[in-house]
Amino acid sequence: MIRTLLTLPFALAITPALAAGPELGAVQQQATNWPAIGMFLFFVLLTLGITYRAAKGTKSAADFYAAGGGISASTNALAIAGDYMSAASFLGISGLVYTSGFDGLIYSTGFLVGWPIVLFLIAERLRNLGKFTFADVASFRLDQTAIRIISATGTLVVVAFYLIAQMVGAGKLIQLLFGLPYLYAVIIVGVLMIVYVAFGGMKATTWVQVIKACLLLGGASFMAGAVLYKFGFNPEKLFESAVAVHPKGDAIMAPGGLVANPIEAISLGVGLMFGTAGLPHILMRFFTVSDAQAARKSVFYATGLIGYFYILTFIIGFGGIALLMSDPSYFKLGAGGAFDKLKDMVGGTNMVAVNLANAVGGPYFLGFISAVAFATILAVVAGLTLAGASAVSHDLYAQVIARGRTTEAHEVNLSKISAVVIGIVAIALGYVFENQNVAFMVGLAFSVAASCNFPVLAMSILWRGTTTWGALAGGLVGLLAAVVMVVLSKAVWVTTLGNAAPLFPYDNPALFSMPLAFGTIWIVSVLDRSRQAERERAAFEAQYVRSETGIGAATAHAH
Amino acid sequence: MSPTHSLDVTGRPPASTTPTSQPVRAETGTPVDRIVQSPQFRQLVSERTRFSWILTGLMLVVYFGFIGLIAFDKSLLAVKIGTTSSLGLVLGVGVIVFAFILTGLYVARANSRYDALSAELKRSLGQ
Repeated sequence: MIRTLLTLPFALAITPALAAGPELGAVQQQATNWPAIGMFLFFVLLTLGITYRAAKGTKSAADFYAAGGGISASTNALAIAGDYMSAASFLGISGLVYTSGFDGLIYSTGFLVGWPIVLFLIAERLRNLGKFTFADVASFRLDQTAIRIISATGTLVVVAFYLIAQMVGAGKLIQLLFGLPYLYAVIIVGVLMIVYVAFGGMKATTWVQVIKACLLLGGASFMAGAVLYKFGFNPEKLFESAVAVHPKGDAIMAPGGLVANPIEAISLGVGLMFGTAGLPHILMRFFTVSDAQAARKSVFYATGLIGYFYILTFIIGFGGIALLMSDPSYFKLGAGGAFDKLKDMVGGTNMVAVNLANAVGGPYFLGFISAVAFATILAVVAGLTLAGASAVSHDLYAQVIARGRTTEAHEVNLSKISAVVIGIVAIALGYVFENQNVAFMVGLAFSVAASCNFPVLAMSILWRGTTTWGALAGGLVGLLAAVVMVVLSKAVWVTTLGNAAPLFPYDNPALFSMPLAFGTIWIVSVLDRSRQAERERAAFEAQYVRSETGIGAATAHAH
Repeated sequence: MSPTHSLDVTGRPPASTTPTSQPVRAETGTPVDRIVQSPQFRQLVSERTRFSWILTGLMLVVYFGFIGLIAFDKSLLAVKIGTTSSLGLVLGVGVIVFAFILTGLYVARANSRYDALSAELKRSLGQ
């Protein structure tokens, strides 16, 4: 019971279109929404123009992977915030607030608190040590081949699960918002993301993300403002009015059934907090700024933007309760005009924000918000694709297969080819998984990021004793533990595979798999008495100086 | 503990990177030992490391404290502090604001104190 309650909103929070849960398969294709399509086409043309310009300015590998290192702190902050504010957090969290009130806030806080950790422990050191991918940093003084293989594997696993969830979510959402068939939607998303990444590299991917972040923040601010305006800018009045119409009444102002099992709650928190610090498409963004100062400022601004955004979604959710619940025109009416306020919303509970856009701004604003939601998905999948393509070309190909003996041009070409391949695979997987329950996949992506990428990265930077064998073994153990625990949990073992009872009792493995990874790195490193390990420990001083001061750090714009 | 042979501060040999993009500039040949043992470096690193772990600890305590309250004392969070708004609501928004303030504190201190220490270190190395 508790577990069901926990999984569902987690899925909701990130893959909104899936939030309808069991009703998901029955998503109704809506009438074609022309204003939304028009505005979306405008966004596509604008971003293609930017991609064209970015492509002309993308010559070196530094341009392709890191936008030449020339992104300013505030631009990077918008891009980071954009990567993080998926359509899912917008629609999913406002939908969760609509049904459960306070409980929606639990997710918002969980998603935000990873950012201070990224700032205090990771961001500046990452910028000082790295070049294009976080594997550059993790393998700084360790064995290139082994560490790049484990980092690239971690990256690709995270990207794959996140991408499948986003593609399926995109297909369903577009079906709802635009009235386009599922397959068309998936193909449009896949083709556009290939174009952005393969032609425009990090520059295009960053600017697409920045534009979308501005549109999303602007649209959400307008909506929250309009809601507050109706209540004389007095939140207390908004809450009173919401409590008066909500079927759960005053209970929406206090914690409900969402966090009843403390272990599950803490494990979820660990996964959200430390997963953020291991997401490859987010970590890549720290290489696009000129130095550690800019990296530091971008996290500060991004934390502010993301926090502001979550507060907006909370107001939007309450606005949905206060303004939509008593208006039957937003519900599928049963016999005699009766409807369930929590279940019968037109398009499902994830459409709260979209329906509210209509209520406060009319059909054109509805079109705008729909277009923004589509743009949001597009920008997020483009970032993921670039992270995956970089892992293939910069880590696996250039360092592992070609052992550093390749040309920059060749490496970048391979990255473009990888982006095309990843895009095609994503379309295929999006199609295959249309009617599967993929809700657990984003949770799995966060868990793998927290249990493989983050421990390998943190230990290689922060602890002198880390050796190649330790990092390799720990990363592998963390990765396998996270995947196996999720497979044996209720979401996969029972819901997808149809077994009677889960073999692993919790839905979120991070509380167990992350310490396992750290412990394995520690013990294997301590036991590692090889000469290579001695050299690696000795090389820590040099890495330490550079990570702490930036002396000797590569500037990405090196031409 | 420190390496007896001289390592240049870029850490690994330039040959292992792609030919054109990794510049190995001015500092080539500067012994790491000299930097590690310099008082400026020690002060910078010890101050900053301490401060960031304190802030990390604060964030963990506040966030998991909030989660703990939700798990163990729901009724406390349901206490009204306005006509309708509850303590939990204020604390939840408080966690978000707290996280932002912590990042602000770190950045303010880094911009003034740590950047100055870092500049001093670089000056002392004759750059």
